[in-house]
Parts: sequence; C-alpha cells; structure tokens
Amino acid sequence: MWLADLAGTILLLGLTAYTVLGGADFGAGFWDLTAGGAQRGARLRGMIKRSMGPVWEANHVWLIFVLVVFWTAFPRAFGPVMETLYIPLFLAAIGIIFRGAAFALRGEAATIAEARALGATFAFASVLIPFFFGTVIGAIADGRVPVGGGDPWRSWTGPVPLFAGVLAVAIGAYMAAMFLAGDAARSGFDDMVRAFRARALGAAVVAGVLAIAGLVIIRFEAPGLYDGLTSGPGLAAVAGSALAGLVTLVLVWRGRYEAARYTSAVAVGAVVAGWGFAQRPDFLPGALSFDEAAAGDPTLIALLISIGIAFLVLGPSLWLLFRLSLRGRLDTEFRPITAASRDEE
Amino acid sequence: MPVLPLDGLTEFAATITANVDQPYLFQARQMQALSLAVHIPLVCFGIAFPAMVLYMEGLHLRTGDPLYRAIAKRWSKVMLILFAVGVVTGTILSFELGLLWPRFMERFAEVFGMAFALEGVSFFVEAIFIAIYVYGWDRLPARAHLLAGVPIVVAGMTGSLMVIGVNGWMNDPGGFELDAAGNVTDVNPFAAFVNSNVWHETVHMYLAGIMVAGFIVAGVYAFGWLRGKRDRFHRAAMVVPLTFACLAAPVQIVVGDWAARTVAEVQPTKLAAIEGLEETTAGADLTIGGILTIPDGLSLLAQHDPDAVITGLDAVPVDERPPVAVVQTAFQTMVGIGTALAVLAAVYLATMVWRRRLPRSAWFYRAVVAAGPLALVALIAGWIVTEVGRQPWIVYRVMRVEEAVTGAGGIPVGYVTLALVYAGLAAIVLFLLRRLARRPLEVETPEEHR
Repeated sequence: MWLADLAGTILLLGLTAYTVLGGADFGAGFWDLTAGGAQRGARLRGMIKRSMGPVWEANHVWLIFVLVVFWTAFPRAFGPVMETLYIPLFLAAIGIIFRGAAFALRGEAATIAEARALGATFAFASVLIPFFFGTVIGAIADGRVPVGGGDPWRSWTGPVPLFAGVLAVAIGAYMAAMFLAGDAARSGFDDMVRAFRARALGAAVVAGVLAIAGLVIIRFEAPGLYDGLTSGPGLAAVAGSALAGLVTLVLVWRGRYEAARYTSAVAVGAVVAGWGFAQRPDFLPGALSFDEAAAGDPTLIALLISIGIAFLVLGPSLWLLFRLSLRGRLDTEFRPITAASRDEE
Repeated sequence: MPVLPLDGLTEFAATITANVDQPYLFQARQMQALSLAVHIPLVCFGIAFPAMVLYMEGLHLRTGDPLYRAIAKRWSKVMLILFAVGVVTGTILSFELGLLWPRFMERFAEVFGMAFALEGVSFFVEAIFIAIYVYGWDRLPARAHLLAGVPIVVAGMTGSLMVIGVNGWMNDPGGFELDAAGNVTDVNPFAAFVNSNVWHETVHMYLAGIMVAGFIVAGVYAFGWLRGKRDRFHRAAMVVPLTFACLAAPVQIVVGDWAARTVAEVQPTKLAAIEGLEETTAGADLTIGGILTIPDGLSLLAQHDPDAVITGLDAVPVDERPPVAVVQTAFQTMVGIGTALAVLAAVYLATMVWRRRLPRSAWFYRAVVAAGPLALVALIAGWIVTEVGRQPWIVYRVMRVEEAVTGAGGIPVGYVTLALVYAGLAAIVLFLLRRLARRPLEVETPEEHR
C-alpha cells in the first residue's frame, strides 16, 4: 500500500520535473515559432539556441524516466492508457522525432532554406508535443480510460483533455520565457531580458486565466475531480500552486529570475500533486485504483532501490551540469540566428 | 503454489490469455523491427565511439599533438549528433513497447521493468556528460574534460547491458510464477535479469558495437585514403577505429560459438531453425550456404561432441515454429560476414605487428570501406536470428505475440508514417554528416588552448 503510494509520488515528481524542464524546452520552441520574421526574430532565436544547447537532452530524458516508472510500477494502468490514447501518444512521439532531429541538426544548416525548414520543424513540434501529452493527462484525469481500451478519438477530444493540452503549452511557454530572461540577464543581454520578461509576464497572465477557466470546465465536466481539487489536500495543493504562481509573477516583475525558477517549479509541482490528491485512490478514475494498478512489492522495492541508485548517481551529475551551464562554462558564443547565418558549434 | 515446469506452462498460459483481434499483427511486428533496426546502429556508436574519441583525446594529452585533439573534437560533434538521434529513436522504442504490445507490458513489465529503470539512469548519465564533454571543449581544464568523457563510455555500456538483460529474459523467462488465474506472482526482478542469455548476448553486442562503429568510421577515412588523401589526419583517424574493430573481430567468433551453444541449450527450436533441422538427429550435419556439408558439424558446433543429439523442429507443434527460411538466411549472413571481417582483421593485425606498417594494397582499403556497411548488415542479421528465431513467442513459451499485440486500429497508418519519417531522418543525417566531413579540420596551434 505505502509502496504503491511512494512509487506514485515518485512518478508524479518525475512528471513535475518533465513539465518544468522539458516544458521549458518546449516553451522555448513556442517562442522560436512566434519570434517573428527572419530579421526581427534573429536575436531571440540565437538566444534560445544558446540557452538550450547543453541541457535539452538531459531534460528530455525525464520523459523516459516517467515512462519507465509508469510501466514498471503501474503496469496494469500502463496497458489501458497505451491502448486507448494511442493517437495523441503516437503524434507526440512523431513530434519528438522531428523536434530532436531538427534541433540537433539545426547548427549544421548552411542555407536560408535549410535553416528555415529545420527551424520551423523544431518550433511546430515543440508546440504539438506538450499539447498532445497534455491531452493524455487530461483524458486520464477525466476518467476516459477504461480497462481493456477505450474510444481512440473521444477519449482525448473532450473539453477537459483539450484544455489540459492548451494549459501544457501555456505552462511551457511561461517557464521558458522566465528561464530565458534569467539566462539573458546572466549574460548581460539587456534587450533579450526585456523581450523575455515581457513574454514571461504575458504568458503568466494567460496561464493564470487558463487555470481559472479550467476549474470551471472541470466543475461541469468532471465533478469528481473538481471535488478533489477543491477540498482537503487537493485544495491545499491548488492554493499552494496559486500562491507560488503569484510569488513567481512578482519575482519576474522585479527581475529576480533565479528565485523565480524555483517558485515556478513549486507552482507546477503543486498542480501535479493536487491532481494526484484529487483522484486518489484512483489511478484511472472509475476503472483502476493505485493499488490495483501497482506491481507487486518485490518489483516496487527493486524499482525504489534502482531509483535510489539513480539519485546517488544523477544528483551530483545533474548538479554539475546545471552549475556549469548556469555559470556559463558551457556557453557558446552568442550568435543571432538569421536565415543565412551558419553556426559552427 | 506449485512450481510449474516450463513445458506445462505453455498449455497453461494458452488457457488464460486470449488472442487479440488484430488483423495487422505482422505490420505491428514489422514496425517494431523497423524501429529497432534504426536504433541499434546508433547503439553501436553509443557503446564504442566514446571510447575512440577519448582515446584520441588521450593521445593528444600524452603527445601534445594538436592533430589528435582536432580529430577528437570533430568526432565528438558526430557523437553528439548520433546520440541526439539515438535519444529520439530510443524514445520511440519506449513508446512502441506500450503502443504495440500493451498486453505484454501490462502482464510482465513488473518482472523486467527494473532493468529499464537502470537503463534510464544510464541514458541520463550519458546525456548529462555528453553535454558537458561536447560543450566543454576549450572551457574545462584538459584533464577535467577527459574525465568528463569517462561516464559517457561507462553509461553507454551499462545502458545496453540492461536492455539486453530484458531481451535475454524474453528468450529465457524466469524470476516469476503464474498463479491459477494466469496472474504473474512471486516476482524476483533480479532473478529475471540474471538469465542464461544476458552475458553472452551482452558481450556479443559490445563486440558488434565496436566492429560496427570502428569499421564505419575507419571506412570513411579509408575512402579518402583511396582517393589519395594520405595525410597524417587520415592516417590517425583511420588507424584508431580500425584497430579497435580488428581487435574485436576475431574474438567475436569465439563469443559467437558461446552464444550458439547457449541457444542450443535454452532454445533448441531456435537452433533447429538456424540450421533448418527438421528432425531430431544424433550427429547432425552442418550445412553452410546450402552447398557445403560438414558431417556431424552441427553437433560439434552446438555441443562440441560429434555424436550429440540435436533437437529438430519436429519437437514442437507446427504453430510453435519460427519462420525457418528467415532465421536460417539471417544466421548464414551473419556468420559469413563475421568470418570475412575476422580474416580482414587478421591481415591488418599481422601486417601491423610483423611489418610495422599499414597494408599497401588498394584492395585492403576497399575492403575496409566495405567492412562498415557489412558489419551493419551482420548486426541486423544477428538480431533477426534472436528475435525472429523466438517467434511465435514474445515471452518464450509463455506468451505469444498475438496475445501481446494491441487491439488498437491504425497500425498500417502508423507503420507507413514512421517509415517515411525515418527515411527522411536518415537522409538528412547522412547529408549533414557528409557536409561535416568536408569541412577543413580546425587544427589549433598548441598555445591557443593551453
């Protein structure tokens, strides 16, 4: 019982890390997409590429972590989720191919047409992936995944899943703008700081409005989830998230980007936790509880030991990467990406 | 709960699991095979290429020669591109395990999942240190930079060990029991991982990785060598990977023998398919390429005893036999190429050791150019032997593929989409790597980076 709870907590923590770090990656793609024409957007795109270069693969691996913990600890829920939501999951997977390839190869583009094609591919995929993953989360929370497989279309095209998809894009955009503003401030690019600060504040407002609208949608579409989110620990988590969101907004407003990184992570983590509290003890609402979905104790123990090893190995490694990255030890020279520029790094 | 013998398990499992209504099972298998065939060559570079890059950088640190550093730096960019592509193709595989085989994951992920968790850790370590290594040139102290490369080498190897542990388990499933309702009970993840296949498969794959990566990289420079580019750069960049590959190639034959003997013991039907042996025979002959027959050869090969009894295909019902022609052809392709590469390696090593120079014949360099693609073919052929040879089982003698496949629609659409995307991806990667190779090498004078 408590083992399944612990595994579920770790799964949600992994999901939080992916939403914060992977989401920020996707958000950077969103700002790339909306940066404007080749000349106007050149400096923004250059800044995005420079900030993301060293960390995007490590950020992406959180997805693998979430998948692996999901199928090992909760195999009986993993099967139905995959068999029901295969359309958004497959589209997200195809998006991941496009995005990863385009980003890895963009530095090698030599002509205007190539840079544009790769850049557009990267940016479009960056928006679509969080959207489709968001619909998957929304479909699970909305109780649209029965055991044995559900409707491949209606499961993820209801109001709650679609709303979750849009919210995922907005959260990513907000995270990214804030991280990029902080990165620009560290490097002393004042025009970039202004540009991303404005985007962060705008995205924060949009995400906040969406969150409130979302609660209204959930109130009518998924009353059970709504009750969970508005009472007990669910309510505490939602309130905590709102508070952390507001603090983040103030910090960004005042240019305290470093602190804002952490409070924004808390805001996202609290939403994810609130979702977990709201639907507990159900893993697939109306179909499967956490305990029913969970693997046996020996597997859970082995998994937790593995994650313990992972923590010992990865903790210092990640700390090193982010320290080097945040201190600019891995920075490449800043170059605006115009259509014709060629990046040697 | 009484322990069920494996033979009883088969009939038993059949009564409690149902076949899924999936008209496109074959396409689902093809889609999985395509994704694996795209990913596995990249794994070879993950296993072996970092060690070659570090060796080059080590040469630079020892000799101070900036040429070695320039080569290591260029290779590290290739390493990063291949890793990035490997990250996405590996992610696709993770998705496909669930998207194509949800009933398999639902039932058995708790048995083998731990290995994937540890593979995820390796993957993570690799991603972190590859970023530090590639973005850290010129910014980290020389020794710290070299040290940052070590975890990449280690993680590349542990990651594949974990995945192969799962594959070994699919071919020799243990570490669990089935109760009367067919539910998995008494799971022991460690016992599942330590199956009879994991060690030989892992060593076989490590060596294959070194051969594929080594021969392909060497082949690139051997091609330049043939066109008259016989400078120090081409020489060094060819000799290092070629030596790695040529040291691995002869050893691979010994490991291959070990693998064959384990298969004979654990999966006799697979061995029978490999040799197309219809009936159980004492003193079975070995047929090579359908022409040459070695009396008692198969008995010798499988059990090192000319009179040993080899189980034929007739030991299992017709619907439990793998497609013999595919397995047999794949096996002979692998063995044929492996033998040829070992001969090439012997020529190279003998010339280097006794004559203390590179071979002079243009034919040698032509052979090196061909060796990379051939090693790749042998690699894929070897995995076909393992995977197709296990059919119709996804978990050997416990779960059939038709019980594991998804009931979802749209498999042909997914298959065609993925095939087109991968074809495009391969074209773009090859195009860009070619262009990267054409850029002049940036050799810095030693003062610049000290």
